[in-house]
Amino acid sequence: MDVAAALERLREISSQVRAAVIFERGGKVVGSTLADEERAKQVAEEAEALLREAEQRSDRPDGGDFAQLEVALQAGSVFVVRDGERLIAATSPPEPTVGLVFYDLKSCLRELETPAPKKRQPAKRKPATRVKKTDAKS
Amino acid sequence: MLLGAGSLAGTLLFRRRLARRRERVDVYFGDGSMVSLAKPDETEPLLRRARQILELAGQEPLS
Repeated sequence: MDVAAALERLREISSQVRAAVIFERGGKVVGSTLADEERAKQVAEEAEALLREAEQRSDRPDGGDFAQLEVALQAGSVFVVRDGERLIAATSPPEPTVGLVFYDLKSCLRELETPAPKKRQPAKRKPATRVKKTDAKS
Repeated sequence: MLLGAGSLAGTLLFRRRLARRRERVDVYFGDGSMVSLAKPDETEPLLRRARQILELAGQEPLS
């Protein structure tokens, strides 16, 4: 599925996600719900920096792999979810259903990896062949 | 007695709601573990970045 289709699907399934930006490590924007490309790039850069700082501060001795984060603010929440090399940053209103938002964002990233289902071509009918009736008697 | 119980329940509900509204950062890892950052000195830089993201995203609805 391409990025536009995955974001369109996110739009359909999630009522809590207000804006979303899909990007790669390094801040390269892959797709966004924001109309302004420059703003989408800034969101990706900020989200990447946020992720880096959160990883440093979470102070895990084994340096475990980051999967997702939520920053809860009074004005709303910010989510960053990772799937492989791709990440998605999203915003929501205050007090969202956190598990549901994470699930929707993860699904959105996973859908990018799966090829879009091909439309089935209508089965072609074999042209009817006429069998000439042969006279049994002859 | 009833008034006391009601007031206690009200206080508990208010404190619970207040705690839920507290600004925080929850980081989840691939192995299923989670670290919640709530101390002001460790969360403030992250909260600032998150506020910036909210502002940039403009809280515009998807649909």
